[in-house]
Amino acid sequence: MQESILVYRDHLYFKVALAAVLAAIAAYVWHTPLGAPNGGTWLGYTLGVAAAGLMVWLAWFGVRKRRYGVGKLKLEDWLSAHVYLGLALAILATLHAGFQFGWNVHTLLYAMMMIVIVSGIVGVYFYIRFPRIVTDNRRGLTTEIMLSQLADLDREIRQLGMTLDDATNAAVLKATQETAISGSLVQQLRGFDPDCATSAAREFVESSESKGHDVARRQLLSRLVRKEELLRRIRRDVQLRCLLRVWLLVHVPVSIACLVGLLVHVVTVFYYW
Amino acid sequence: MAGDTYRIAIVGSGPGGLSAAGHAAKLGVSHVLLERTDHLSDTIYKYQRGKYVMSTPDILPLRSDMPFGAGKRESILDHWNKQTAELKVNVRYNSEVKAIQKKDDGVFHLTCGDGAVITAENVILAIGLQGNLNKLTCPGGDLPLVQYQLDDPEEYEAETIVVIGAGDAGVENAIALSKQNNVVIINREGEFLRVKQGNLTLITNAIDKGVIQCFYNAEPARVEPDAIILNTADGEARVPCNRIIARIGAAAPRKFVESCGIKFPSADRAALPEVSGTYESNVPGMYIIGALGGYPLIKQAMNQGLEVVEYILGNKIAPADEPLLKKKFAGLGDADIEAVIAEVRATIPVFSGLNPLLLRETMLESDVHVLKAGEVVFRRNDYTNSFFTILRGGVAIQLSPTDPNVVVKLPPGAFFGEMGLISGRRRTATVVAASDCVLLETPRRTMLKLVKSIESVRRTLDQTAIMRQVQTHLAPGVSTEALKPLVETAEIKRFKPGELIFAQGDKGDDMHLIRSGSCTVSMRVGGRDIVLSYVPSGNYVGEMALLSDSPRSATIRAANATETVRLQGDAFKALLEREPELKAKVEAKFRQRIMQNEQMTRRPEAGNIIQFLIEQGVGEGTDVLLIDESLCVHCDNCEKACAETHGGISRLKREAGPTFATIHVPTSCRHCEHPHCMSDCPPNAIHRAPDGEVYIDDSCIGCGNCEQNCPYGVIQLAAPPEVKFDIFSWLLFGKGPGPGEEMSYEKKKMAPGEKVDKPKRAVKCDMCKDIAGGASCVRACPTGAAMRVSPEEFMSVALLTK
Repeated sequence: MQESILVYRDHLYFKVALAAVLAAIAAYVWHTPLGAPNGGTWLGYTLGVAAAGLMVWLAWFGVRKRRYGVGKLKLEDWLSAHVYLGLALAILATLHAGFQFGWNVHTLLYAMMMIVIVSGIVGVYFYIRFPRIVTDNRRGLTTEIMLSQLADLDREIRQLGMTLDDATNAAVLKATQETAISGSLVQQLRGFDPDCATSAAREFVESSESKGHDVARRQLLSRLVRKEELLRRIRRDVQLRCLLRVWLLVHVPVSIACLVGLLVHVVTVFYYW
Repeated sequence: MAGDTYRIAIVGSGPGGLSAAGHAAKLGVSHVLLERTDHLSDTIYKYQRGKYVMSTPDILPLRSDMPFGAGKRESILDHWNKQTAELKVNVRYNSEVKAIQKKDDGVFHLTCGDGAVITAENVILAIGLQGNLNKLTCPGGDLPLVQYQLDDPEEYEAETIVVIGAGDAGVENAIALSKQNNVVIINREGEFLRVKQGNLTLITNAIDKGVIQCFYNAEPARVEPDAIILNTADGEARVPCNRIIARIGAAAPRKFVESCGIKFPSADRAALPEVSGTYESNVPGMYIIGALGGYPLIKQAMNQGLEVVEYILGNKIAPADEPLLKKKFAGLGDADIEAVIAEVRATIPVFSGLNPLLLRETMLESDVHVLKAGEVVFRRNDYTNSFFTILRGGVAIQLSPTDPNVVVKLPPGAFFGEMGLISGRRRTATVVAASDCVLLETPRRTMLKLVKSIESVRRTLDQTAIMRQVQTHLAPGVSTEALKPLVETAEIKRFKPGELIFAQGDKGDDMHLIRSGSCTVSMRVGGRDIVLSYVPSGNYVGEMALLSDSPRSATIRAANATETVRLQGDAFKALLEREPELKAKVEAKFRQRIMQNEQMTRRPEAGNIIQFLIEQGVGEGTDVLLIDESLCVHCDNCEKACAETHGGISRLKREAGPTFATIHVPTSCRHCEHPHCMSDCPPNAIHRAPDGEVYIDDSCIGCGNCEQNCPYGVIQLAAPPEVKFDIFSWLLFGKGPGPGEEMSYEKKKMAPGEKVDKPKRAVKCDMCKDIAGGASCVRACPTGAAMRVSPEEFMSVALLTK
């Protein structure tokens, strides 16, 4: 129905990026510099200026994304171009460096840039893969509805627990009070809780001997199982939505570091000329 | 005082009486204003505290020495009190008039409750109806827990309150009380029949949501000190309560009025006395104005107050709207308004059935256009929906989108523009002035009101409209003459949402042209219904059975409130025989439909999506925001973009709303064909722009009717937000709220507990009509998940969804 950023406008931005890369490779092959290829030749400078401009433009996406209601192009154009031209940058910068690497600020910039690009690729993969999984996992419910279902189950569970023996009641109460859904980044990304109080309560009720009240116990067990299932889905939801964002924790700060690195790179190159 | 005879005695200090007294005082005419209570205007005095009083009809100018405009009850009463003192109106409070007698010398003797007798040459009865509230007649009706008015609904908290009466007053009270009380409403009937549309929506919603409990077909049997016993269809029911508020109407104080010598035309309880053109009753010298005379609106009554004093003084006075009408018809030269109104009545059959007052009001609300030959009235595909009538000259309707020379000419008296009015869709043709002409343009709302309430208007409109609809949508290029036999068989059918139009397997002897609303086509395949397609207005259904002489091949249901023109099959077949070109076209469409149906039966999931979209009310929309969940990364940039481009308030909630397969319908305006929000907007602030956007203009008074009337919850009331700064000012200097942030920033400076008390206004999606480049939500979606579609595009959306 709608087009994803990868195929947007019949791969327009892919074609643009491909053309730029092919032109750069052709020039690199054709060019025979004095000595090894490096950033100091005319082609090196040309590629360097192009790559630097591209880096600044790619970073500008963060600003463009927050400028609403302006510009002729849709944000989807920008993102599609951002993705393909970002990939092209990896090649342009490598050719600019002439495959020369060392322990210096220049290679540090190169490394940081590659981190940004790789994190971007991860981001694109997540963007393409996860939306459908999020939708399937939610089964048409919103977070709010799922949480209210959880609250309803908790209330029922507490009421049933009160009709049962103390040990069961305590386990059940613990399940309603100490079940955690989200939490730290690691907890969010894990998507499950190995110490889930609800699972513990369910296991306790399953394993404990029946002391009468079989109906209430069965009802309690079915509620606990339902809650476990709901928790599984909510935690999966939290995990997926966290994944949709977590790559930005690398992508954005390192790209800002890249801008600083770029400045250092340019200044030192001219300073030590 | 009793010794003097006043020129005018005015009974009742409501809007009408007060205005009359004010005018008499201003002119220095000897007068007395008799008021039963110790304050002016008791009916309005007893309105709910803070009630917003309307000044309808808006178009009617106020002509009174008393000020009045829409506003809060308190401010209106304040102004009146001040003006009454300033004009030195002679008010006699606590003077309930018990009897009025006309003596042989022609002088009226008015006997007051305190025994005083006041004499006057003329009497103006402006007592209204509310002074005579109906009381509970059942046992216990006089217990202290029963009250007949509600002053301030916020006075009560956590009580169980029974409201008796299903009129506007009862419903308004019940809703206001339900905010902090447990409310039960008692309705004598099975539904709410007598309330305004806005109140109907409010009360049905409240009952559906369980906020208010309702007893239908119930009547009070008796009242106990802490409960009310109801007679219901299932026997007696006891409802314990703290308070009973009975709003069971008011009636003309008939006994009193008759004792004054005034006759009623019938024995009907709701009957009102008849008055002459100068408001004089059958008793010479006794005048009746306001609600008792049949004019229940405040402004009408106030105007009558001034006029009646002038009449008593023997002055002829032109109606209050005369100068406005003069201005309106200024383009015709210095015309006499009486004559122009008479010309309208004589020339234009649609309007000839209106009574003089209503015709004047309609003219006031309409615009007069004086056009030169060749000027364009409106263009094809414009989204305007007003109604035009031709007073003088003529227009040409361009039938073909490509050739401007294919035209139909309309003479004086004819109307056009009714198609947009009926279907709520774009104009189907361009109309130009064929000669110099004078056109009357009547707004949609006025026209709908007329069609709804005046049978003659609807009849005249329908007759011509059917012919045009058939000509436009079914048989373009076929002459009116040739269509006559078919159209004579036509009748208009109305269907509720979900109602069956015809079922698969039925015998098919007719077809339906959808003139407003839309329907779904479904077929039974493998024991279950599969939706095959969505048919918007301007299309026809049912021709397949006719052409193939077989039973109906599919089931047709109304997707929303729908009107069709039902045409008889034999007449249609006869038409096709006569018109081979039309036959070819209809058969081509027939084949296309068979193919489409075949395709859809193999893709039942696509049909399910159509069904889902229609269940969400998307079918009545003209432009709907949908989100492709296979692309949405939940970044909420659409919401942020909406807020950023609309001064900080998002009109869209992305996550809220249902999802089916990968289609998500967020909570956002659908720009309905017949917008529910428009139905009851007191300042008429909701409009449809030429491109179709439904928007609210700055005249919004924040009453919340639209918010309540919208079935999709996409209108909210919001105070104007804080100022936003440029992104870099926020990033570097921490100025203002950040991108997409709530406007909580300024609130930090406020003392705890302090509230922002800014007037709230209704806000909704305006499809970014004032921003170049289209809807911000769609433009700001980084992954292309957000899209705006019109109903015609559903099929493709549904088909392409994987």
